[in-house]
Amino acid sequence: MADLIGADLATRTLPLSGFHGGSGAASLSVAKPATRISLRAKPDAVSALSGALGLSLPVKAKTSASSNGRHALWLGPDEWLVIDENGADLMAAVASSNVLHSATDISHRNTALIVKGHGADVAINGGCPQDLSLAAFPVGACSRTVLAKAEIVLLRTAEDTFRVECWRSFSPYVSTLLAEAAEDAGN
Amino acid sequence: MLLIYCPYCEEERSELEFRQAGDAHIARPTNMTEMTDEDFEAFFFLRDNVKGLTFERWRHLNGCGRFFNAARDTVSDKFLTTYKAGLPRPDLGTLRPATEATVETYEATESDAK
Repeated sequence: MADLIGADLATRTLPLSGFHGGSGAASLSVAKPATRISLRAKPDAVSALSGALGLSLPVKAKTSASSNGRHALWLGPDEWLVIDENGADLMAAVASSNVLHSATDISHRNTALIVKGHGADVAINGGCPQDLSLAAFPVGACSRTVLAKAEIVLLRTAEDTFRVECWRSFSPYVSTLLAEAAEDAGN
Repeated sequence: MLLIYCPYCEEERSELEFRQAGDAHIARPTNMTEMTDEDFEAFFFLRDNVKGLTFERWRHLNGCGRFFNAARDTVSDKFLTTYKAGLPRPDLGTLRPATEATVETYEATESDAK
């Protein structure tokens, strides 16, 4: 171990590290690292898992629940994406529920971009076919969908702010495409 | 772009989020080891290629991820209805439009286009 003192230890580089972009209409920034799990469970386990996570898992399509930097996003009838922006150990949290479920740690599979500005919806619609008007996609709405050729998960955190979750290997594609679309959104 | 109604998301989404997944309502035999080759071939390989109404499985791949069934007209590409997997074929007597009149053929829609 003594040999390691003073050595250059490996440092983790986040995907999109240092990326910034966008336009006056829609600014792009990289979301802070977060822990994430892909959670699957049958309806009879939902209440116990909700208690273990400290928020009620949404059971209605396209809805999410948020509490203290922790978000649970409905992806499918038995599938949720849970994100904790404070880096809490979500695997331990769901394991304490003692009900049958399937949880996979995907903290490092995904990365996220924050799209913010009055043209944020226009920028995302540059590659995403969903209706992002406030009537169809209100604050708190979430959906797995596509951004051109990449799969993304959208979460509207405010009227003018979206969180765009994508796989880390897709992040150069997603960020470049959003940067182009954000330029167009300003015109 | 087609809009397809997902019975699980309970709204219409773009066709870009969906994938077709073959014919619907094909029951997997329980006696595969006793079947004749001809019967197995019929179950496994042979499909109708109908012109008009067909029942298909679709998957909301880039959405909720669920498989569901759809009744679709192969001529007009119109989805007559979609329903959750496991449900029986819907009664199409009320859903099916009068075919010849509503099918959009090239001759009917484009041939006299200026």
